[in-house]
Parts: sequence; C-alpha cells; structure tokens
Amino acid sequence: MRNSTRAGFDRDLQALQDDLLMMGSMVQKAIFKALDGLKNRDLSISRQVIAEDDLIDRKRFMIEDRCIDLIATQQPLAKDLRAIITVLHISVELERMGDYAEGLAKISLRMGEQPPLKPLIDIPRMAEKATEMLRRALDSLVRQDVALARDVCASDDEVDELYTQVYHELLLYMAQDPKTIERATFLLWAAHDIERIADRATNVAERVIYLVTGKLSELNAGRY
Amino acid sequence: MAQPQATGQQQTERTNGAQPVNGMQFGIDVKPGMIDVVPDEEARLIVRNVHAYYGEAHAVKDITFAMRSRKVTAIIGPSGCGKSTLLRCMNRMHEEQRAARVEGQIILDGENIYDRSVDPVLVRRRIGMVFQKPNPFPTMSIADNVLAGYKLNRVRAGKGDLAERCEVALRRAALWDEVKDQLNRPGTDLSGGQQQRLCIARSLAVDPEILLMDEPCSALDPLATARIEDLVKELSQEITVVIVTHNMQQAARVSDMTAFMLLGRMIEYGPTTDMFTTPRDERTEAYITGRFG
Repeated sequence: MRNSTRAGFDRDLQALQDDLLMMGSMVQKAIFKALDGLKNRDLSISRQVIAEDDLIDRKRFMIEDRCIDLIATQQPLAKDLRAIITVLHISVELERMGDYAEGLAKISLRMGEQPPLKPLIDIPRMAEKATEMLRRALDSLVRQDVALARDVCASDDEVDELYTQVYHELLLYMAQDPKTIERATFLLWAAHDIERIADRATNVAERVIYLVTGKLSELNAGRY
Repeated sequence: MAQPQATGQQQTERTNGAQPVNGMQFGIDVKPGMIDVVPDEEARLIVRNVHAYYGEAHAVKDITFAMRSRKVTAIIGPSGCGKSTLLRCMNRMHEEQRAARVEGQIILDGENIYDRSVDPVLVRRRIGMVFQKPNPFPTMSIADNVLAGYKLNRVRAGKGDLAERCEVALRRAALWDEVKDQLNRPGTDLSGGQQQRLCIARSLAVDPEILLMDEPCSALDPLATARIEDLVKELSQEITVVIVTHNMQQAARVSDMTAFMLLGRMIEYGPTTDMFTTPRDERTEAYITGRFG
C-alpha cells in the first residue's frame, strides 16, 4: 500500500466490519438463548438475555459513533461511502433483532411457570431458519457475495410459511378451547418475533447487495 | 444513442444548419457511452476525438465527450493526467505554448473552434478562462482589471457603458459589495479570494457563454473557496462551467457532471452523484477513494 493514510482508513473500515460481525454473533447468541429459555422454561436464561440486550445496544451506538467519525474525518466516497452506510444500516437491523430476542425472553417470563400450550416444534424450526438467514447474510457481507445475499432473501418465504402454519394451528387451539387463548397468544407473539428476525435478516442481505452493486432494492416486499 | 431526428432538429436551431454532433453521423469512432451521456439537445460544448501534444509528448489521447448546457462539469484526475491541457484545448490556449498542438474537433454551436476560419481571440471571448492562481494585472485598478478583456476585444463603448459593465461583472462575481467604494485601488490590494473573484469578473465582463476554471480554489482558504463554489453554482444558471479540480469534495459539491481522466484518457464520464457513489470503472473507484494518485 503506497498511501499510509489510505492504509489507516482501510484498517478502520476492516475494524468496523469486524465489530459489526461481532455484534451479529452477539445477536445470534441472544436469539439462541432466548429460544432455549422459552423452550426449556428456564427463566434464568431469559433474564440473562434481557440483561445482555444492553450490551448489544451499546455495541450499536459504538459502531454508529465510529461510522460518524469516519464520515467526518475521511469524507468517504464510492465503495468506502457505501461500506460505511451499509454498516450503519446493518447495525440498526441487528439491534432490532436483539430487541426481538429480548421480546422472546420477556414472553418466556410472562409465561412464568406454566407449561407451553404444546410442544414447541415449528417455532424452534423458524428460529433455526431465521438465525441461519442471519449467518448467511453476514457471510455474504464478508464475501461481498450478491448471489448469496439474494439467496438469503429468498429463504424468507420458508420462515413466512412456517409462521402462517403456526398461526393457523394456534388459532385452532384458541377456537376449540378459549381457555388456551392466553398461552396460545404467547406463542403467537414468539412466532411473530422470529418472523420479524427473518425479515431483518433479509434487510441485512439487501444492504449487502447495495454495498456491492450500489443499487437499493426491497427483496421481501409485499409478503406481509 | 441519441435519436438522429432530434439531433438534426436541435442542430438546425442551434447552428443554422451546421453539421450534426452525433458521432454516428460523423462516421467516426466515438467511444460508446462517453458522448451519449449527454443528450444532443443539452450539449453545449462538444469535444470530439481530441488529442493534444507538447512536442512529442502525447498529453491528451482521443477524448470525446459533451458538456451540458448551463451545468457545471468537473474534470478530475491525478496530476499529469492531462486535465488542464484538455481544458486549455477548449479555448485554444494550448496552442499558445511552444511546440504544442491539438488534433480533433471542439464544437461550439456546431462550429469547430479549430477550423482555419475561426479567430482564436473570438473563441476566447466566448469561452473564458480562470486560472489556478489569481492573476490580476498588477499595474491596473480594480475597475481596469474588470474591463481589461472587454477593452482588448475593442468593443466600442461610452464611459457610462463601461461603468455599468464593470458593476454588472463585479456583481455577477459576487465582489461588488466589497469593492464598490475602492474601484480605483490596485487589484493586487485585494485578498487572494477577492483577487480570484476579480479574475472571474474580468472573464464575465466579455459575456462568455462558457467559463473554464483551472483549479480556481487551490490557492484559497476554505472560506474563500466556499464563496467561489457558491459563485460557480450561481453562474451555472446562466452559463456553462467546466472546472478542473484536485479536490474531490469540491467536484462532488459543485458539479452536475464529472469526468475522470487518467494518463491522458477519459476513463469515465457521468452524473456527479453516480460517479461519487457508484463509479462504473474500477480505476475511477480506486482514484476517488484515494487508492492511487
């Protein structure tokens, strides 16, 4: 590298991406733990997820600060500019995913000691798919792989289908026995949170497409 | 490619039947994408297959592009890429240097400014130029500096006309309020930024249709630079401006179109917002992100 200022900027951009990936892994972990708490009725894990959401929020502000510093001091253009804007947007998406994980943990606390309405099968499957989407979306960022990013967006349909299935199943429970309404509603909320996590993973992938191509696109529009 | 019918019609209006500017109609090899960036009806100054030399040195190589009417076009590129040379070709200043020559065509209103029949002095009246370093005539007052080019063009005018022309030019250059009470003081008494605006006023006094600016802010502080940039935007409401700059942010701020040059060639040309967010050519990307140059 000829230009040491440029080399320094490249290091800052790399560090920014590393921080974002670190935040992504914190969010993934939060989702897993939240689901664990929900599924196994382990309230201490659920409380831990709620407490740890602060760390995710702080990470997001730290990333945002660094983006602002780099914009102010480096006046980035072209791909540098797109990279910083991409990190900024993805950090917001991750932070919201963290909030959904916190939401799952809160649902678990509200369920308290009562057992789940039914054995959780589809909801963990949804969570598995959503976290896999997030993992692949972040992978597409590292590789700057547009095809992989598009693939992530396409996977959102599978999560949506599972959500619809869970929704109808829970409606049936509620229709058959109104006493299950409260417990069914908890699960409906949980499924909804996970469905939103998948939507946010799609947004991450859309940002990767923007980073590489410069084109902004909505790839999961009209599926609500 | 622009529509041939529209081209013909626009040209007839603009040039009284002079040759159309569309490359295909010239039957010459025009780089696809460069000339088509600007629709024919918006093209004010057209550079076509221009080469410039300093003796054996080939400084500008086969450049073809068009500048949009009443817009600001920025030319960027690393030192020595030929951008200032290209700018000087646009008003026949390049040929004034020893062993310098130009090939190709530069078309203003359908007429090639390099035609034998064209008087270079008249070209320079229509296409004014402002240089990197403010260069007011040291022995002249502010007013005389403004009117120097006008008088040189031997335009007959009464004293009242001259005073009015001086005021109008200074107002257009956003300098009138600062100097109206000291028009007889030497132009060199002014600050650097004011001197540059004085030079702009001098260029404007002859009513150019196009203003070429060669790094006009490189010797100025940020405040004086901001004033010149505001002025450039304002002037582009009336005239076509072409600005060579090393300052990427300046190009991004003031221009509507940006051209990137490298090693004498034009690598990419397009709307400024596209050039600075999603350049198509990786060499443009590398340059504007500071990876070379």
